[in-house]
Amino acid sequence: MTRGNTDQTPGARAENRPTVHLAPPPSPSNPPAGAVRPDTAAVFDLDGLEVYYGAFRAVRGVTMQIFSNQITAFIGPSGCGKTTVLRCFNRMHDVTPGARVAGRLRYRTADLYAPNVSATEVRRRIGMVFQKPNPFPKSVYDNVAFGPRANGVRVKAELDARVEKSLRSAALWDEVKDRLPASALSLSGGQQQRLCIARTIAVDPEVVLMDEPCSALDPVATARIEELMRELKSRFTIVIVTHNMQQAGRVSDRTAFFTTDIDPTFALRTGTLVEYDATNKIFSNPHDERTERYITGRFG
Amino acid sequence: MSAGALPSGIAPPLDLSTKRSARSVKSASMTGLMIASVVVIALPLVAVVAAVFARGLRVALADFPAFFVKEVPIVARRPGPGMGPAILGTFLATGAATAIAVPLGLLGAVYLHEYGGMKRFARVVRFMANVMTGVPSVVMGLFVYLSWTLSFGYSAFGAGLALACLMLPVVLGATEQMLRLVPDHLREASYAVGASKSRTILTVVLPAALPGIVSGSLLAIARAAGETAPLLFAIGAATAYNPNLFSQANTALSIQIFANATSSFVAAQDRAWGAALTLVLLTFVITLTARIVTARFALRR
Repeated sequence: MTRGNTDQTPGARAENRPTVHLAPPPSPSNPPAGAVRPDTAAVFDLDGLEVYYGAFRAVRGVTMQIFSNQITAFIGPSGCGKTTVLRCFNRMHDVTPGARVAGRLRYRTADLYAPNVSATEVRRRIGMVFQKPNPFPKSVYDNVAFGPRANGVRVKAELDARVEKSLRSAALWDEVKDRLPASALSLSGGQQQRLCIARTIAVDPEVVLMDEPCSALDPVATARIEELMRELKSRFTIVIVTHNMQQAGRVSDRTAFFTTDIDPTFALRTGTLVEYDATNKIFSNPHDERTERYITGRFG
Repeated sequence: MSAGALPSGIAPPLDLSTKRSARSVKSASMTGLMIASVVVIALPLVAVVAAVFARGLRVALADFPAFFVKEVPIVARRPGPGMGPAILGTFLATGAATAIAVPLGLLGAVYLHEYGGMKRFARVVRFMANVMTGVPSVVMGLFVYLSWTLSFGYSAFGAGLALACLMLPVVLGATEQMLRLVPDHLREASYAVGASKSRTILTVVLPAALPGIVSGSLLAIARAAGETAPLLFAIGAATAYNPNLFSQANTALSIQIFANATSSFVAAQDRAWGAALTLVLLTFVITLTARIVTARFALRR
């Protein structure tokens, strides 16, 4: 199989991010920040990542780096492990019974699956937007304020400011500013998804993971979300799983193509990473024949 | 011109009328059978409510509002009101039972569903709770009689303990069911912004499940309010007001119905009807509240 082509280092901006402390004291295995080497410009560094559900190895052989302030798209057929890999990034597998992650997954300088890493701390920095808009059955305001409150913001004025800023960033403020106390479930599907984005960015994460965020939306709402993603790129690193290749082509800087093939160890059809490169390279001149077949619609 | 040309002949009339067939006969007979079942089910219910209202209202209205306030006559054959102490006793015993069973049931269900999952301990507890639901209420009364009443004497609290034993598995089961109905994507959404598990449960899961939990608990309370067997052992047979929850014999509506209805005096039997009406009204109000709470919250979602 072809490993991800990760030798191209993109313009790594935003390296003046605050120090990352996922675990209490820095230890030798967990070097203190400031020790960030220039070649660790990657936000995520995966090496031989595997995910098991019980004894079933669902994804294997994922080696790639995800870079700061870029949009990275994961594409591939159903069952190829895109979402499974995405959910590793903020330890969402912790809440799935039987799920287990093997191999290395580093977030900047920290090993995300080290025993002393708190999943809660990880998720404060790495937010997630889900496939189906899932606002809480609370008011619009309380939905956005939920994250800041969970992270200890109590002052009303600061909460107000955060809610407004997040809703503006999510291009939703003008539509909901007069109905902040209304139930979030009274919004349309596209508005609900932008509300979920506002809720995610209200805690000021570094990374926003998006799991097919537009698959439940119509083309107009999809276009708005894509526009939003391009705007948010300057502040956040975005990883998006999508079934829509046009979408990956439109919004992403880099694209990873996953597919299913026969796992040599277990003789089962499971997911793996085929190719990872700049998006225009993947869509114009892919390295791997399987990628070419998929993007030209001759998959199978 | 040729594209839209219709065939010149007139199409045969379309027959969509109902045909008499084996299927329609079957359908009619099954419908008839179901209607008959509903009538058979409703008949005793309507008869009970009608009898209680007809005879109970006469008694209650003859001495209104004294019937609901005055103490029970010490001499059973003497006619007249009332059921005041029994109403108070029912409230005391049911209130104590609620104060014990609802918090325990709620916390237990949160443990079972959010923390225990499929662990062995949680499965054992769940199984035992199911078994407890099927234990006859008189056995609960006997248990409390032996473990509490013999040591501490009759009291409304003892009765509350017995009722709590009955309510606990019901509240536990209903609450766990409601927690199961809270979609996982809400929990994930909360985790995804860095909320801890306890915070997720307190601010997302429980509020979403609250209407169901409240109505489930109210139904358990309504059921407990009408229980007789467990009270027979634990509450004693007072005829005067006893506002002390923890000491001395008390009484309850169900106990008064039992005691007065089995008496040979007409005056006592009349009081039993009046007490029955009071109890039915009380459970009706609680059940109605449960319905309103559920509907009100459901609308707000």
